[in-house]
Amino acid sequence: MEIPYTVHPREDTGLYNAKLGIWLFLASEVMLFGALFSSYILLRVGAAPGAWPHGLLNIPIGTLNTLVLITSSVTVVMAWASLKMNQLSRFKIYQSLTVLFALIFVCIKSFEYHDKFTHYEVVLKDGKSMTGHIEGSPMFWNLTKLNANKIASITFTPDAAHGAPDAKSEGTAASSAHGEPTKIATSDILKLECFGPFHNTYLAIYFTLTALHALHVIGGAIVIAYILLTAGRWWKKNPEQLTNRVEVSGLFWHFVDLVWIFLFPVLYLL
Amino acid sequence: MSLKAIHVLFIVASTVLALGFSGWGFNNYFSSEGAAADLAYGIGSASAGIGLVVYGCYFLKKLKNISYL
Repeated sequence: MEIPYTVHPREDTGLYNAKLGIWLFLASEVMLFGALFSSYILLRVGAAPGAWPHGLLNIPIGTLNTLVLITSSVTVVMAWASLKMNQLSRFKIYQSLTVLFALIFVCIKSFEYHDKFTHYEVVLKDGKSMTGHIEGSPMFWNLTKLNANKIASITFTPDAAHGAPDAKSEGTAASSAHGEPTKIATSDILKLECFGPFHNTYLAIYFTLTALHALHVIGGAIVIAYILLTAGRWWKKNPEQLTNRVEVSGLFWHFVDLVWIFLFPVLYLL
Repeated sequence: MSLKAIHVLFIVASTVLALGFSGWGFNNYFSSEGAAADLAYGIGSASAGIGLVVYGCYFLKKLKNISYL
């Protein structure tokens, strides 16, 4: 038995099967991200006045990632338009560029994550607290780890707010301008924690939202790369079905990009 | 809704973001703690917003024969 409407749309709905399927899937995705966005808003309005952190994220890097994703949405739609105009070679170029932009996005995001995992808050027993970097940029260190590894002291480079020139006036991210490195004895430390998802509520929701989004980018890139690699075969066999596949993957990619369009101002700017 | 329609929606959303980001940058620049970076954000994203409007018009012209459904 042949499955109907795999290529041509059904007359009454105007949709072929895959398009109906992707829209149902995207509806479930809207509910998933909608719930997380709602959580973020409720956590933020419920926070005590002045308690919600600001300026933790690197705005130039976030802006660059936004530009990368907007450009990738242009290349994904151009790939589809190329197939509509029977230009397979042009399609391959645009589709390859989309995969490349997805990889660039993930690379930049991982750099941003690494920066958070090597950025620390240290609270001393005399009540002083500061943020900065430990020499050698270790990840996920804490007091338990220092004691377990019998590390007697750490060389800590504090951020701008603790003695370095003002980061904002230098036009750099807050975490990139530093004060003078100081040696801190482990016995003087009350608490040591990196800016991971466990550090505070803001970072917990930041990592949840952006990691879920990054997983969607990776998933989308895998599908787009698969379509690119099998395009030649499908073009010979059924060009219209290939065009439909590209459209469906493009719809998913646009959803992923739209999520970022909301994430960027909410997490980085407001 | 076809990829064409969702792309138009996306370009509109991106343009709103670019203009909003531009307003954010200019507002910060003219505040008491304004920095040169804020002015750069304002000018850069305003230019990006204009670029997106131009691209949107080009896109609609190029794909005028393709349905929105």
